[in-house]
Amino acid sequence: MPEQVATKTRRLPAAFEALFWPVLALVLLLVFNALFTPNYLKVEMVDGRLSGYLIDIFRDGAAVMLVALGMTLVIGTGGVDLSVGAIMAIAAVLAAAMVTPAWLGDTLGPWAVDAYANHPGAWVALLLVVSLAAAAVVGMWNGLLVSVLRVQPIIATLILMVSGRGLAQLICGGQIYLFDDEPSLRFIGQGTLLGLPFSLWLVAAMLIVTALLTRRTALGLMIESVGDNDLASHYAGLRARTIKFMVYAFSGLCAGVAGLIESTNVSSANANKIGLWFELDAIFAVVVGGTALTGGRFFIIGSVVGALLIQTLTNTMYVYEVRPEVALIPKALIILAVCLLQSAAFRRRVVGALTAPFKSKGTQGNAAAGGAG
Amino acid sequence: MTADQAPPLLTIRGVSKTFPGVRALDDVQLTLRRGEVHALMGENGAGKSTLIKVLTGVESADGGEMLLDGQPIRPNSPRDAEAVGISTVYQEVNLVPNLSVAENLCLGRFPKTAGVIRWGEARRRAQAALRRLNLDLDVRRQLSSYSLALQQMIAIARALDTDAKLLILDEPTSSLDDNEVDELLGVMDRLRSEGLGILFVTHFMDQVYRISDRITVLRNGGFVCERRTAELPRLELISAMVGKDVAALEEQEAQARAGHAQATQGETLLKAEGLGHTGVHGPMNFEIEKGQTVGLAGLLGSGRTETAWMVFGVDPAGSGKLKFDGKDVNPGSPREAMALGIAMTPEDRKAAGIIPNLSVRENIVLALQSRRGLWRRLSKARQRELADQYIASLNIKTPHREQLVRNLSGGNQQKVLLARWLAIEPRLFILDEPTRGIDVGAKGEIEKLIRVLAEKGMSILFISSELEEVARTCQRVVVLRDRRQVGVLDGEGISEKAILEMIAASPTGGASKEAAHA
Repeated sequence: MPEQVATKTRRLPAAFEALFWPVLALVLLLVFNALFTPNYLKVEMVDGRLSGYLIDIFRDGAAVMLVALGMTLVIGTGGVDLSVGAIMAIAAVLAAAMVTPAWLGDTLGPWAVDAYANHPGAWVALLLVVSLAAAAVVGMWNGLLVSVLRVQPIIATLILMVSGRGLAQLICGGQIYLFDDEPSLRFIGQGTLLGLPFSLWLVAAMLIVTALLTRRTALGLMIESVGDNDLASHYAGLRARTIKFMVYAFSGLCAGVAGLIESTNVSSANANKIGLWFELDAIFAVVVGGTALTGGRFFIIGSVVGALLIQTLTNTMYVYEVRPEVALIPKALIILAVCLLQSAAFRRRVVGALTAPFKSKGTQGNAAAGGAG
Repeated sequence: MTADQAPPLLTIRGVSKTFPGVRALDDVQLTLRRGEVHALMGENGAGKSTLIKVLTGVESADGGEMLLDGQPIRPNSPRDAEAVGISTVYQEVNLVPNLSVAENLCLGRFPKTAGVIRWGEARRRAQAALRRLNLDLDVRRQLSSYSLALQQMIAIARALDTDAKLLILDEPTSSLDDNEVDELLGVMDRLRSEGLGILFVTHFMDQVYRISDRITVLRNGGFVCERRTAELPRLELISAMVGKDVAALEEQEAQARAGHAQATQGETLLKAEGLGHTGVHGPMNFEIEKGQTVGLAGLLGSGRTETAWMVFGVDPAGSGKLKFDGKDVNPGSPREAMALGIAMTPEDRKAAGIIPNLSVRENIVLALQSRRGLWRRLSKARQRELADQYIASLNIKTPHREQLVRNLSGGNQQKVLLARWLAIEPRLFILDEPTRGIDVGAKGEIEKLIRVLAEKGMSILFISSELEEVARTCQRVVVLRDRRQVGVLDGEGISEKAILEMIAASPTGGASKEAAHA
């Protein structure tokens, strides 16, 4: 299991400390639901796929978990990536446009329409590579700004957070393209493999990749070192810039995969809607999972648990048909409680972040995703 | 020079100040006359800063009295001090870079009508204040668009704009280059002739001898002496500052000799030829042989650390040549220096050395891992082995290898840094103040380690403020003053006294400027 890869190689007490509160909060929330929602814990096989409230949480939370993976490494270096939502939109729009003959004809020429018609399988493979590569390249742009030009991470990624959606709009010319005619792409967000949502397998694969990358190479140590003391790391011969560049590129890639999951789940790629406010959910997942915003020690599994906790909260509100604007309040309070319980040092930061109306649209986005699935 | 008969402008008598556990000032006295540049000298911790803080109302004295123009003063804040005529310019320009020159000059005292600022008058006033220093600047431009030296002048103009009688300059020249220093000293001279009293705090000896009329020396919070500059030879000034009298220094000489007998292989490992930054630092000319321990000695701010930075690639040299093992090199980063086999433990252990929230193990393997690169990760077992090996051999006191480094004492943190670099088996090890702020026991252990490493053939560049330690440990000492190399001592010739004499020797005219060749 990937979980063990990440936790076993780390000092157990630190990981345990980081995981204790989010896991406890998640368990309490599940117990609460199990008591008050009929059949909450029931998972049954319907038409060859597992279904139930718990499966919904995993499926709906797949994109946030993925984005949180990349975000964990970025925050580990002491940075932050606000552009993940916009990158999701870019990847999604690019993928949707590339299976729309009208767009292909207008943008690339008739050869592209023919290529898609004659070799749909190869074309889909190509568009996956293209859209994920685009996401990674956009992430590299962030990395360039932060590591080479030394722009503050929050500003560097804010630039792309705003302009990224513009870029996505430019690609699709303001149109909302659909995945209706391409079932192989819809499979990413809606399909089932061995009884489980396919998106969950993607998350598992990316989790293993991240764990191997950080714990089987020296990347984890280097990220933590750079995040904890940039200058001393430079003096110790580390390539602090290269490491920062890499984590932003990786965060872009993770967001790209998440964008494909989100858009294929709802069968359409709306440049204004895909991934909206995901950066906030992802940052919360990372912080709840025990990684400090100041950089240094990071906890991949903690972030995954944090993402699940946030998704469980969202789905709980959904089950109880709490109005989205009211749902924000209990959600916010629970997240706040977990953070405060975890570390006194978080208090000031958490209070600062909560003063922003952080979830007003994220809830709707998640609800829409859940509804369509 | 001003006449001694001039009435005192500032008299300080019996001023004391105690912080919890530290007697920062103990019965300090100082007399400063009108039209006089008075240098306040002393090593780190001598009490200069505390005295200035008391004078400017940042701290209040526990006892004693201060008279300005014969009137007793007791400022409770810098504003109070300004009101009675004491203005201060600090080392770091204390202005707002993003505001205009005029705004900076009038900040906190804008001319106003019914709360509205009269900008025209503010600008005129700013221009007048600058003209007093013979400066003609566009006061509407942003402060940061001017050089550091000009910003320093603007800070002085602001300080004088309050009808100051006494100007305190706290290390005003440390970030200026030669020409800028000349300009600043010129301004000081003009202000002196206007009758202003100037209290000048600096580490630069040459500037003290160029500009000051009188010197007051403090040591360990106490008053040592007050003398006319012309009557205080440099060597005496230094021995007053470091607290060793000239005769005692001679005695120590014999003691130190024993340590220099160490044989070296006679092969040159590192050779610096004219190394430096044109006009700012150097040129440095020295050699380090294989297995030799070479010291960099000088007072604080003399350019020791900056020299180490040039060799280690932190701040690559702007001029001159560096030869390592016979090849021309100029490491552009610590990483490049590391690839050559050069290691360095920095002066500022906290900011540039330790990774505080990582474990002892992770801190120890860091340099070796970064040389191996991202993909060739040291196995967990190898990391543990390395950590345990160095914890044992350097006697690092830690409950276990997974302890966070920030929880260790200073001496043990230093040992962790030594271990980090020993793990890459460097050929040249630069130790910048390795014994600062650590207890006597650990100090002895580190000195012993240096000897053992040198015996094994490692070359060491050793930097310490404790000249005694330098004299004891090194077989060659490069002596620095005011970011210039003033001499090299070898073997038998090394002693604390010889180092001090070299630091104190008067400057060799314009040699430094001529030598600034590429």
